[in-house]
Amino acid sequence: MIISNIETIPNKAIREHLGMVQGNTVRAKHMGKDILAGLKNIVGGELSAYTELLNEARQEATDRMIVQAQSMGANAVINVRFSTSSISSGAAELFVYGTAVKVD
Amino acid sequence: MEQLIIFLVLLTLGFGFGRLNERRHFASIRQREQQYSHLLCFSFRHLPQGCHSEGQLVTGSVVVSIDYFKRIAAGLRGLLGGRITAYETLVERARREAVLRMKAEAEQLGASKVINVKLETASVFKNAQETVGAVEVVAYGTALR
Repeated sequence: MIISNIETIPNKAIREHLGMVQGNTVRAKHMGKDILAGLKNIVGGELSAYTELLNEARQEATDRMIVQAQSMGANAVINVRFSTSSISSGAAELFVYGTAVKVD
Repeated sequence: MEQLIIFLVLLTLGFGFGRLNERRHFASIRQREQQYSHLLCFSFRHLPQGCHSEGQLVTGSVVVSIDYFKRIAAGLRGLLGGRITAYETLVERARREAVLRMKAEAEQLGASKVINVKLETASVFKNAQETVGAVEVVAYGTALR
């Protein structure tokens, strides 16, 4: 599975467009990590627990998108976009979408 | 009285450590920017001439929090209006760090450039007063050899 955020796959011709695929996940913050992050909030700086959490969540969303693309018979996803939104004060939604295509 | 003391302690802690943290972070950002200066990032999405690699999605993300002192300072600034430098440095740090992490991933793949770089910013940590506590920045693009 080739994932790319440009509209083409270099040196490969797109044979078929299969439509949009998407993957999302909503993650809530872990209690223990939340307290640590709260403390870190006083001195500022990187909240590595959150960076990790959001990275994992983004990977999961991407995996879901890939599963959907595979079920459509695609072998590449192009024009991929990421989006993050905070739903409530405790949770964030990670959303990935792109176009499933068949390339040779 | 006690509350005032706690407030002042937090304020000093935030001012001292926040400043130190930020200075260190900027120094490390500058150093790594030098290190990755051979890896070019472009925001256009067209393939350069004579490109023969497949291209792969690379991402970099970071969550950076603002310190207590700056949060109070930004709150006061909000009353008067104008540039809130406290937040400006926060997002600048986050963006540059995210781009650097993306470049680090591209370097591991042996890429020489990253095209169609997009930056996405989201505020992830809001407290009861709905003030911005931390921002998350994601940088992503297509790495080419």
